[in-house]
Amino acid sequence: MEVIAVKELSKLYSSRDGSVHALQEINFKVSEGEFIAVVGPSGCGKSTLLKILAGILPPSNGEVRLRGTPITGPRRDIGVVFQSPVLFPWRSVLDNVLLPVDVQRLGRDGHLKVAMDLLNLVGLDGFERRYPWELSGGMQQRVAITRALIHDPAMLLMDEPFGALDAMTREQMNLELQRIWLERRKTVIFITHSIPEAVFLADRVLVMTPRPGCIMDDVQVKIPRPRALEAMNFPEFAPYVHSIRGRFNAKGMIDA
Amino acid sequence: MKRFWNVALTILLFCSSILAWELIVRAFEIPTFIFPAPSKVAMALWRGFASGLYQKHLYYTLLETVLGFLLGSALGFFLGTAVALNRYVEYFFYPYIVMFQSLPKVALAPLIVVWFGLGLKSQVINTALVAFFPLLVNTMVGLKSADEDRMNLMRSLAASENQIFWMLRLPNALPFVMAGLDVAMIFALIGAIVAEFVGARAGLGMLIQSMNFNMDVSGQFSVLLILSIVGLLLNRCILLIRRRVLFWDPSEKERLERERIVL
Ligand SMILES: Nc1ncnc2c1ncn2[C@@H]1O[C@H](COP(=O)(O)OP(=O)(O)O)[C@@H](O)[C@H]1O
Ligand SMILES: [Mg+2]
Repeated sequence: MEVIAVKELSKLYSSRDGSVHALQEINFKVSEGEFIAVVGPSGCGKSTLLKILAGILPPSNGEVRLRGTPITGPRRDIGVVFQSPVLFPWRSVLDNVLLPVDVQRLGRDGHLKVAMDLLNLVGLDGFERRYPWELSGGMQQRVAITRALIHDPAMLLMDEPFGALDAMTREQMNLELQRIWLERRKTVIFITHSIPEAVFLADRVLVMTPRPGCIMDDVQVKIPRPRALEAMNFPEFAPYVHSIRGRFNAKGMIDA
Repeated sequence: MKRFWNVALTILLFCSSILAWELIVRAFEIPTFIFPAPSKVAMALWRGFASGLYQKHLYYTLLETVLGFLLGSALGFFLGTAVALNRYVEYFFYPYIVMFQSLPKVALAPLIVVWFGLGLKSQVINTALVAFFPLLVNTMVGLKSADEDRMNLMRSLAASENQIFWMLRLPNALPFVMAGLDVAMIFALIGAIVAEFVGARAGLGMLIQSMNFNMDVSGQFSVLLILSIVGLLLNRCILLIRRRVLFWDPSEKERLERERIVL
């Protein structure tokens, strides 16, 4: 069953000094439990797409349906992870994780155990009473992922969540994300500008053109899971990366 | 050990400068009504407290300062909140705010005496007026400074405007509000003293003025000493509150580090 159907989606930002055509006629569908990666050059409208999917930005044209109903505003069954962790420094790790529970009045009591289990899942057990400034960048981003999962959303939207991390931490986070996904089987839309990261994580990679962004390719990644980091060196891995990169180069772009 | 020597050195330096002051005043026979020796100041201080005179005026000035501070900063906070949250309030009020902000508020003190008399009311109003603006401006700026990513996060969770205010904007504004309180406290004491200069029946400011008429310079020095200690203690109170409230603020930690070096 399809969770998301994006139809003829366009976005035009207009401001005093002209308008920016960010997205043009985007079409795609996502099935239940699928892990989708979206790659594209910087400024092609990836974040715009994510904000529209999250319901915090209205589209100029077209529509997005979540389980058949159009997205017209923020939804309670979506978890979002941004490029920076966006933690509230005045809340402890646990309180940050429980933010969606507080906002949506789901009841802290019932979610305390869920929060602890999730913190355990991302390897942050014992840190629940700490404050964000006491954590490293990678740990903060794990808190952000935990927060996105706490209210058991149907879908997880991630906007270059590991973009600010160093290469080593980033690989670790990729492994962890795969592990979490294998355990929870959420539908994930994962935006990145790293092609290897997209191929490593995703069932399907959507390749976007430069602005105005539209989808120029939809690549199925048929590498068995769980994928180890070494999979990046396997003979079946390189062709995916190569062909996606080829699409960019053909378009005359510097590779991402 | 190093700390011990620093403290010892500080005390030594303090004592020797007092001693030098005493010796210079005696050696050059500077008249007491121009520049009193520390011994004379100490005597004035003792006499003032022994007769109960200073306690009475100190109490009065403290009362004005604290009442005016609370009134002014509460009003400043609420109006600042209203301006930050409501575009119409901002549109209609902001021009006046800008106009009043550049006005030295103590210049209104004579008028306030005319309107409200020589009693406590008049001094509290004057003090409140001075304490009002730092809070107004800082609250306004603080509430509007919520980071766009954090706003997006709250929106993506379908948070109501009310929740965004209580869970994000307000805590986010606290460092600004606390900085405003810091300034307002200092201003409040100034406001109270100026109000007493202009016309009051009691208070340390009034005391300074009457001592000035009587050429009691040692007395004035002793009151100045009290005032500087009062100012310091009031400031410490705010600092203590600030540390409790802003334990999470990274810039607060930097401040703490700096102060630890100074102390
Ligand atoms: N709020 C906005 N107003 C006007 N233009 C915007 C706004 N947000 C993004 N843009 C423009 O839209 C384009 C796509 O932005 P974005 O979606 O952030 O790209 P990406 O995430 O792929 O780097 C960029 O050219 C950007 O300058
Ligand atoms: Mg982006």
